[in-house]
Amino acid sequence: MLKIENLSVYYGKRQVLRDVQVEVHSGEVVALIGPNGAGKSTLIRSISGVVPIHSGNIEVGGVNVTSLSSMERARQIAVVPQAVSMPPAFTVWEIVLLGRTPYLNFLGQASARDEDLARLALEQVDAFHLVESRMDEISGGEQQRVLLARAFAQDTPILLMDEPTAHLDLRHQIDLLKLIKKQAHDKNLTVLVALHDLNLASLFADRIAVIENGLLCIAGSPKETLTAEIMRSVYHMQVHVIAHPETGMPLIIPGVS
Amino acid sequence: MRRAPFLSSLVILLFALLLSIAIGSVFLAPTEIWNTLLGRGAEISTSILWRIRLPRTVLVALTGAALGISGASYQGLFRNPLADPFLIGVASGAGLGAVIALSIQWPYSFWGLMAVPLAAFAMALLTVLIVYAIARIGHTVPTTNLILAGVAVSSFATSLTSFLMLRSADEVRRALGWLMGGSIQNGWTSILAVLPLLTVGAVVLLISGHALNLLQFGDDQAQQLGLNVTRTRTTILIAASLVTATAVSFSGIIGFVGLVVPHLVRLWAGVDYRRLLPLSLIGGASLLLFADVIARVVLAPQEIPVGIVTALAGAPFFLWVLRRSKNQGYW
Repeated sequence: MLKIENLSVYYGKRQVLRDVQVEVHSGEVVALIGPNGAGKSTLIRSISGVVPIHSGNIEVGGVNVTSLSSMERARQIAVVPQAVSMPPAFTVWEIVLLGRTPYLNFLGQASARDEDLARLALEQVDAFHLVESRMDEISGGEQQRVLLARAFAQDTPILLMDEPTAHLDLRHQIDLLKLIKKQAHDKNLTVLVALHDLNLASLFADRIAVIENGLLCIAGSPKETLTAEIMRSVYHMQVHVIAHPETGMPLIIPGVS
Repeated sequence: MRRAPFLSSLVILLFALLLSIAIGSVFLAPTEIWNTLLGRGAEISTSILWRIRLPRTVLVALTGAALGISGASYQGLFRNPLADPFLIGVASGAGLGAVIALSIQWPYSFWGLMAVPLAAFAMALLTVLIVYAIARIGHTVPTTNLILAGVAVSSFATSLTSFLMLRSADEVRRALGWLMGGSIQNGWTSILAVLPLLTVGAVVLLISGHALNLLQFGDDQAQQLGLNVTRTRTTILIAASLVTATAVSFSGIIGFVGLVVPHLVRLWAGVDYRRLLPLSLIGGASLLLFADVIARVVLAPQEIPVGIVTALAGAPFFLWVLRRSKNQGYW
């Protein structure tokens, strides 16, 4: 379980997160939505420890992680980045093994167990056949799955993702989110995923946290959060909400008038 | 882990060592070298071997090894394939430090011997910090910025060095040949004085392979995967500068070895820094030994500074890499 309390973050003198409170339970996928610059990436980066926090608490399973070393934190929290500007010449195998970093000795030597877990992670994302390919030889969707496997290999209770579907086509977006949701439920992972696409958030998230201007506006089920009123006030534009024909989940349609 | 590159690189190194010991004004055949090493050689061969060829060969090999591994480390640290101790100005900075130390009359003592490498180290570190501060954008260092900052800082350091040499005593002026990349021939003393520094730096770099792999993914991902990025970067920067400074203390400013060697190794054995660093160490030693043999024979009996040979071969290579990295986004 991931619990964030009163989290404030500054870039220089500018406050980019204001007293943010979010809880993500085990086995739950929470989507983080909001306009550009609202603080979604900053929240992900501050939880993972690459942006220093000004005040507040980040707890994983009841333990405060803000004082942990990078290595200790990386055993609790894994991050799936966007598959852009990856060093091209590393092989899939080399990249997934890097997920075992927080458990390796100072020489970075992988044990048989590390290799087993890396193999398992690749199988979970259905990418084991790519094991010997170089990163620049595979498609964007495959690259994103490899990075997901790297995070699985990290073997953490918490999984954070920053726009993992940003550069994927529709089919690959859906496949990736299905995979993430299934793994979250099967392995009891705690998943916080920043998403631009409100409809993907509606279809795949158990709950949605809406963030605007560094403030958490509301968190709740898609039906509670993706209302015309809330979306209008957050995105400052006319929207319509319709029901998904199969599931009845809310879908956001931009107004054009 | 693939073993083949290590075996073949060691065979090449052995050949280079043998060649460097054999070639000279007097040719020593391999059997003669073997006998002499075992103490069964003629008096003249023994003298040539122990007083001239061996110290020089060891000096050149250590210099090349230092340049190879520090080049690979700077490339990984800056995430830039064109980082080279010479091109980014660290070598010139170290040269300036060495000349400052030489221009002071030190007593012949342990600290007198250590003054040159330590001053070279301090100036190397200062130079790389200045170049990095000028060239960086965020945590990345674009090629153009790196090379331009390197050229500017390097010219400044070189000019200061020339100034110091012109106004000071003969002793320093004699160092000019050394600074241009000609080996100094004072036998084993300077090797033994500098070797501990080189060893410490090289060992730190050799165990940094995994960390450098992580840094290739950017500082954010490296930290999210569990690396203490700031501490690691600082450690590698200091170690690489120390190793560069020892190379400069041995043999002056020799360009392009730190660029060429890691590149050839990458083409041959891949990008994993856990392989790249030791192979660049071995490869750097071999390459500089070959260059030194060429420097000895091309105008024999006169010698040319080995830095001239590496620059003549290295500069075109640098341009090729520059084109290649632009065309393919190789990094």
